[in-house]
Amino acid sequence: MLQITCPHCGARAESEFHNGGEAHIERPKDPAALTDAEWAEFVFLRDNPKGLLLERWNHTQGCRRWFNVARDTVTYEILAVYPMGSQPPALDPRRYV
Amino acid sequence: MTPRYSVFSLLRNALSYHENWQQAWRSPEPKARYDVIIVGGGGHGLATAYYLAKLHGIKSIAVVERGWLGGGNTGRNTTIVRSNYLWDQSAALYEHAMKLWEGLSQDLNYNVMFSQRGVLNLAHNQHDLRETLRRVNANRLNGIDSEFLNAQQVKEMVPIIDLREGGRYPVLGASLQRRGGTARHDAVAWGYARGADALGVDIIQECAVNGFRIENGKVTGVETSKGLIEADKVGVVTAGHSSVMANMAGFRLPVQSVPLQALVSEPVKPIIDTVVMSGAVHAYVSQSDKGELVIGAGVDGYIGYGQRGSMQVTEETLAAICELFPLFRRMRMLRQWGGIVDVCPDASPILSKTPVQNLYLNCGWGTGGFKATPGSGWAFAHTIAKDEPHELNAAFTLDRFRTGFLIDEHGAAAVAH
Repeated sequence: MLQITCPHCGARAESEFHNGGEAHIERPKDPAALTDAEWAEFVFLRDNPKGLLLERWNHTQGCRRWFNVARDTVTYEILAVYPMGSQPPALDPRRYV
Repeated sequence: MTPRYSVFSLLRNALSYHENWQQAWRSPEPKARYDVIIVGGGGHGLATAYYLAKLHGIKSIAVVERGWLGGGNTGRNTTIVRSNYLWDQSAALYEHAMKLWEGLSQDLNYNVMFSQRGVLNLAHNQHDLRETLRRVNANRLNGIDSEFLNAQQVKEMVPIIDLREGGRYPVLGASLQRRGGTARHDAVAWGYARGADALGVDIIQECAVNGFRIENGKVTGVETSKGLIEADKVGVVTAGHSSVMANMAGFRLPVQSVPLQALVSEPVKPIIDTVVMSGAVHAYVSQSDKGELVIGAGVDGYIGYGQRGSMQVTEETLAAICELFPLFRRMRMLRQWGGIVDVCPDASPILSKTPVQNLYLNCGWGTGGFKATPGSGWAFAHTIAKDEPHELNAAFTLDRFRTGFLIDEHGAAAVAH
């Protein structure tokens, strides 16, 4: 089980949180102009890296607020926690083959 | 020519204390070039190679595997085989696999220990009940054996299940597929490997793929830890690592890789002679021939490539098993492990051509790939050989995420994903 440090509540067990998938996916600015392929990209295609992943978490059983986490998907190490709307810190992408 | 296994070969080898059994397959060094390379030596990859050689007459085939045969999800699943899927497209594909299962040991001359002991899918609430009835009827319309059992009939079939009023997970009924059951998962990999090897397929283990050679949008070879191997066609069957492979080839996939875990108990005398699954509580159980309870669980709630699985998922699964079968409460678990499954947004597989010419993809089986092994290999072999999908897998394209023609088997497939 992960121990996640909520920026508002501090370190808590994973079971208090809910994963919200890949971070930094922007809603299309002009939805009507999108082609089917671009919709597929927005709705379905996701990074699924073996290495550094930027993802969103919600502290469902606590403050119920969203935040971003940078995590290694192989070692499960949490490398950074940073607020919604901000850019991720510069980190080694850690790509394992 | 690989000698056949038979009662006579068993007797003959008994005379020499079983010390002279022939090797089941060779371990050759890779050649410089093959007609087809299959990346991934799990059940699906080996089955693909077997059917390519057997049904499509392709002589020059290699299977490259980073680790050892069947060391990934083929050897990590809970061995359950069934075909009671809701939608027509899935039903056709999984039922085709079921029919191949029924003759597989004879076809491969290898005992895969396919045991049609029946698979029960429990319904715990009114919604489950309606969905179960709907699925039973959909299955029957598709010619798949499927029955509805009420609570009393479930109790007669599985006497150890707790049906007392007010239980945590009351059982209101179940679907039953009598032709479903289990198979020895290692034997499936070994049987296909032996069958493919006998037809001239080179199985190359401990050979990792580091990249693809792509010229003018067409794949022409595979970069491996044993050097470049050229090929006319390449089939990728790497389950949890499909996104890693797709990135090497320069495109993205809609799949997410998550650990799915399973565990086995200490061995006990025969206590449960069928397979009991409950999608609502993420638990399924059967008993192996060694007497161990084989218990399956849910997936982690986030992407991960660690073949372990989270502790709270284990706990939730075992809590549910203990509620359904109170007599298991004092049993000890021997082993727990995880396999990395690649889940599609619609919980259906991708068996498809890709944006790269002559590169084919078989992935996205998610939490339920083992049961499909023969059908998946059969359809994928056709797709590679003919450069177009078979009718059976025509709907399972990568393009469906653009067209919107999804095959939504979430929950509908009788188990929660």
